[in-house]
Amino acid sequence: MIEPLSTALIWVAVGAALWALVLVLLNRPLPLDRRDGQLYLGLLGLLELGLLGQAVAGFVKLAGAEHEVAGLSFAGYLLGALLILPVAVFWSLAERTRWGTAVLVVGALVVPVMIVRLDQIWTAAGRG
Amino acid sequence: MADLRAATRGGPGRLLIAVYAVFALSACARSAVQIATRFDRAPLAYLLSAIAAAVYVIATVGLAKGSRVSRRIAVVSCAVELAGVLAVGTASLVVPEAFPDATVWSVFGRGYGFVPLALPVLGLAWLRHSARGQ
Repeated sequence: MIEPLSTALIWVAVGAALWALVLVLLNRPLPLDRRDGQLYLGLLGLLELGLLGQAVAGFVKLAGAEHEVAGLSFAGYLLGALLILPVAVFWSLAERTRWGTAVLVVGALVVPVMIVRLDQIWTAAGRG
Repeated sequence: MADLRAATRGGPGRLLIAVYAVFALSACARSAVQIATRFDRAPLAYLLSAIAAAVYVIATVGLAKGSRVSRRIAVVSCAVELAGVLAVGTASLVVPEAFPDATVWSVFGRGYGFVPLALPVLGLAWLRHSARGQ
């Protein structure tokens, strides 16, 4: 079910991970007092909104599924994906060092993995 | 005590705890789904899966709390985790029919880029390192 929304979310998340990775490599914390740092948090906020949209669309799709879908796993991934970014941002901003920013890299990379898993669960009809 | 907590949670520890949290979340979710939907298909594998999930949660909390006691608990759970990934990894190669579904520790965590094998080693190394100078 890689639809336009999923594809967009995957690319935005990968972009956010790369951005954070560049900051890690430059050994610079996220500049919250500057425009680019705020833009970055805005991007993550947008990503989270997109994931919320994906969750709503996913549940609608699950309700009207014409083939057998592992509903519990599917719902788990839809909801679990919403947790990642808020927790990652919270944990990352508590320590504004290279390692704190590395947490954002991991968080932003978990999101596309979960979206790909959602697709696999949707496609793998009938497999528990 | 506050220093120990900061030393455990800070620096590389911050990233380590984040990765542990991801594994704790995913292992718990997977185990809950397995037990709720198809426990009779492979009770042993799914029970091990549940134990793995519990170990990840305990290690995550133990590291994140960073107290003297919680760190000791984290050492034990990292050790159990290392033993588990080695035992289940070997068993999944020797008796693959006992593991119809891939668990997080199958083939030493190959399905997860061998992160499950690296994690307890890094966890133990970090607990050792961050205890220095305290």
